[in-house]
Amino acid sequence: MNLPLYPPGDDPGPDFVALVRRAGLAPPVPAAPVDQQLQITHGTTVVAIRFADGVVMAGDRRATSGNFISHRAIEKVFPADRHSGVAIAGAAGPAMEMVKLFQLQLEHYEKVEGAEISLEGKANQLGGMVRDHLPAAMQGLAVVPLFAGFDLRRGAGRLFQYDVTGGRYEESNFSATGSGSLHASTVVKLGFREGLARGEAIDLALRALWEAADEDSATGGPDAIRGIYPVIATITAEGFTRVDDSEISERFQAIIGALAAREAEGAGRIPETSSDLGGGPR
Amino acid sequence: MSMPFYVAPEQVMKDRADYARKGIARGRSLAAAAYAGGILICAENPSTTLRKVSEIYDRIAFAGVGKYNEFDQLRIAGVRHADLKGYSFSREDVEARSLANQYAQILGQIFTHEMKPLEVEILVAEVGATTEGDQLFYIQYDGTVMDKSNFLALGGEAEAITERLGETWQPGMGLDGVMQVVVKALGGPERALEPGDLEVAVLDRGAARRCFRRLDDDEVARLLAG
Repeated sequence: MNLPLYPPGDDPGPDFVALVRRAGLAPPVPAAPVDQQLQITHGTTVVAIRFADGVVMAGDRRATSGNFISHRAIEKVFPADRHSGVAIAGAAGPAMEMVKLFQLQLEHYEKVEGAEISLEGKANQLGGMVRDHLPAAMQGLAVVPLFAGFDLRRGAGRLFQYDVTGGRYEESNFSATGSGSLHASTVVKLGFREGLARGEAIDLALRALWEAADEDSATGGPDAIRGIYPVIATITAEGFTRVDDSEISERFQAIIGALAAREAEGAGRIPETSSDLGGGPR
Repeated sequence: MSMPFYVAPEQVMKDRADYARKGIARGRSLAAAAYAGGILICAENPSTTLRKVSEIYDRIAFAGVGKYNEFDQLRIAGVRHADLKGYSFSREDVEARSLANQYAQILGQIFTHEMKPLEVEILVAEVGATTEGDQLFYIQYDGTVMDKSNFLALGGEAEAITERLGETWQPGMGLDGVMQVVVKALGGPERALEPGDLEVAVLDRGAARRCFRRLDDDEVARLLAG
């Protein structure tokens, strides 16, 4: 590998994506629809919720290829840098690649320029990456991320959602993406209020993922037997911190306890959907 | 008819070397030294924006003396080399030795083939998992590479500073101890350098991933006070 030196008029600057392209390392865009010939692995539901000290990001752990569960423990929530995180849904392979490139883009800029990009700038960078990915999305490899961070200049948590064309939309309170996002965001919408405490925001995210997993087969629930729990991270003035699995396990036990108690009250109505066709003497 | 003058190759090289050395000697020097918890890099640099010492990768730092635009261009090329290598292979595969060799190739090439040699000297430092893994590479304007594991100095007064460090530096020093001997060696017997005159950074062995960290004036003052 050579030392990449460029003449002053032809320098890619602090842009790592441009550098990757110049080095000939950018992936080719598929010429035909990929998802009709091959089973593409998909990652699904992720949510982000603003709370008093910043933002909570959470994602389930399931990856599916059609009907198959191709992975039980993939991660969809990643640190982007010290004060921001990115969560992904969509075709898992290109999504992971996008996260890797995005992380490097931020770090590369910081090292070359000697200064961090603003949070707004980071959100725009990710939007550009999603937009550049559109040709691949058209062939069935869509990637839709969430971006959240603590804006050190404003002193507040902020979150952004995207569409496949790279459209960037700042959300004020919460956002979700992926196949279970409809269910997840309904739960968050009902449970959200201004100034949630850290624990409340984590519980709300867990509950949202639980309900999404309950309704959407591509979203994975907590797996107590294998000890696989959603990845949850908080992003505050102190930075991106992943919540410990033991804490998530405890919080899940509490949620499950509450849900089980509720079910017990209505005992005797199982099967949930009865009909005249089955059971009973004729 | 005019005859081109014959100039002996020895003379050409000597002239270029003198030119480069003169350019380098015009700027201030810097020194790097290993301590128990990592590597300290300390440059005499009153500017807080034009850096001589900077981060290349997780465990690798860069420092340059001489002409700013020339070593800064090399620094950016180093960041690009490291980031591209880490991207296409893995983060573990990025190492100082290969980067130092790349720098040596470029500097050697320019020294022999271009009109003007680069007026720079470069340090590439890598902090290891243990003190035995620490590496300091010193690359000169003509592409000469030297490697050390304890301490070294760059710039016009490099020899004098290295000599002073040889007398005072001890293996296994703490950060405060090593800071004191490095700053004393940089200043020499006549001058006492203040934190405001210095640009200081460490490669912190214990860091989770990115080991490079700058020390601000307050922290430098505290360490110098012991």
